Amino acid sequence: MSSEYLVEVKDLKQYFPIKTGFFKTTPLKAVDGVSFDIKPGETLGLVGESGCGKTTVGRSILRLYEPTGGSVKYMGEEITASNMQEHRKHMQMVFQDPYSSLNPRMTVEDIIGEPLDVHKLYSSKQERREKILGLMELVGLNAEHATRYAHEFSGGQRQRIGIARALAVDPKFIVCDEAVSALDVSIQAQVINMFEDLQEKLGVAYLFIAHDLLVVKHISNRIAVMYLGRVVEIGEADEVYNNPQHPYTQSLLSAVPIPDPIIAKKSQRIVLTGDVPSPMNMPSGCAFRTRCRFATEQCAQECPSLTERKNGSQVACFHQ
Amino acid sequence: MSEEYILQVKDLHTSFYTDSGEVKAVNGVNFNLAPGKILGIVGESGSGKSVTAYSIMQILADTGKIVSGQVLYKGQDITKFDKKQMHGFRGKCCSIIFQDPMTSLNPVYTIGNQLMEAILLHTDKDKKQAKERAVEMLELVGVNEPQKRIKQYPYELSGGMRQRVMIAMALACEPDILIADEPTTALDVTIQAQILELMQELQKKMGMAIIMVTHDLGVIASMCDEIIVMYGGRVCERGTAEDIFYRSGHEYTKGLLRSIPRPDSGKERLVPIAGTPINLLNLPKGCAFCARCDEAMKICLTEVPPQVQMPDGHYASCWLTYKKQMEEAGGAANEQ
Repeated sequence: MSSEYLVEVKDLKQYFPIKTGFFKTTPLKAVDGVSFDIKPGETLGLVGESGCGKTTVGRSILRLYEPTGGSVKYMGEEITASNMQEHRKHMQMVFQDPYSSLNPRMTVEDIIGEPLDVHKLYSSKQERREKILGLMELVGLNAEHATRYAHEFSGGQRQRIGIARALAVDPKFIVCDEAVSALDVSIQAQVINMFEDLQEKLGVAYLFIAHDLLVVKHISNRIAVMYLGRVVEIGEADEVYNNPQHPYTQSLLSAVPIPDPIIAKKSQRIVLTGDVPSPMNMPSGCAFRTRCRFATEQCAQECPSLTERKNGSQVACFHQ
Repeated sequence: MSEEYILQVKDLHTSFYTDSGEVKAVNGVNFNLAPGKILGIVGESGSGKSVTAYSIMQILADTGKIVSGQVLYKGQDITKFDKKQMHGFRGKCCSIIFQDPMTSLNPVYTIGNQLMEAILLHTDKDKKQAKERAVEMLELVGVNEPQKRIKQYPYELSGGMRQRVMIAMALACEPDILIADEPTTALDVTIQAQILELMQELQKKMGMAIIMVTHDLGVIASMCDEIIVMYGGRVCERGTAEDIFYRSGHEYTKGLLRSIPRPDSGKERLVPIAGTPINLLNLPKGCAFCARCDEAMKICLTEVPPQVQMPDGHYASCWLTYKKQMEEAGGAANEQ
């Protein structure tokens, strides 16, 4: 291995051109200079409000979009459009909606078998079938389910099919894009436990994208917090959760409804005023300054970069 | 009795008649709502919590029908109301806000138009007064520049703003009851916090009762005076937030609480509830939860558990709690 990191993301930029006039297009800066790295077998949680670019980061890493700038390295090797096919054997994705991410006209066997077909990972029909049944067992599905169609399953079971499909190529890195958000709490816990078991068994690393902060804190080793296309804070999960440094992280965490009446009544909410600004028309300097309690003149002029704090977290703020 | 409660739901049964059979979505729900209180209804998808809310408003889909039971509003049974009476009830006595503010506003009318519609329908205000009231309501729910907003269309507003407009619309005629069906599920946490704060503030100001339907245990923990937990169309447990979270008497409630990550917990594993939610087409004879319950006994399979009363109006419908209480009572009697 040429690098201690499995995945290195450096200054990733993803702009989408939006038509704003007859001849004019304005770039929508969905991701604007995001850097982080993930070690083998680690879980990095990525949180933020809708529209902050967290899903786009996940998709750009896997080249579902062609990034505007920056680099993504897998085991020290730069990923480009031409070698992506090869890299998809090591990097896979689990999607949010277990209803629309499975082809309704394919049986479970074919859904899970498709990555095997694409990457030609078997030598005989027999081997293909054995591999598929092995994967189904791994995610807790019965062998008799193999000939059924996706609509015959509940949400939790469908998400298991999606996970089995991602695991088919034996990846080392999986992007979980809101993989448990659409599930009921009792089923969500089953799937979260499964993610943890699989990590222990197979040593996969996750980029766990979610908006439920309690779930992210539970599953992640480290957490990155995004606001309007930039990472504002990244650090150890417990530090970010218990000792948030960036004013945005602080207010985000204080807004989380806590399932415990005594703690909930004691906690003080820092309610943010206003809405997230449009990424088409970002504020100058620090993007959060329009909603920040501590904003000063400096915040409007310069964009703060990530710097390390006492607790080991990296924070992009001039004041905290 | 009817003076004490503004709304009483008694043994409500609602079914949907589909091609594959009768889906019993609500199976004998009972609860009382006191004026000015916040009642939370929690449960997973398919537990019948939304159908209960829709049954009160009688806005069920065409295939759905209230089979039996009573919904008493100030002592009057509104399930017996005709269409015209229901028109008068909705909006004026009881309003509802829905989960998705994107689809519950009409995209081809302005915000002002939609707000005024309710006011013109239920009060004898003229157009000018209705417009004034609309502006006043928008101001009340914290929409900035209300004069400008009433001329805008829903697509011009953000999700949080739309939900505020929905709340303004629901409260425009000062109803006694506001039903909120997953009002913040589609919103981000920071916006959710704003909306929940707004609802609590308005509740104090206007004094209406709120029925909060949600699947999020975090949302109800801080807001509700009283909580009912539903599973398979029945009420499993009823009590205050403290009763439900710290002294829960039903295995399903306990299971739910074990399966969510807690703020003060470390990396210990979650304890999920095994199995999948029940099929409402084919309800079990006994307790609806028995197939997923670790503590299920023989009697759970065959007989519906009774309501086991605990202090302060807290009750749970569970045979296990019943057994425990019987044993305690027996023990106490023996000592004497």
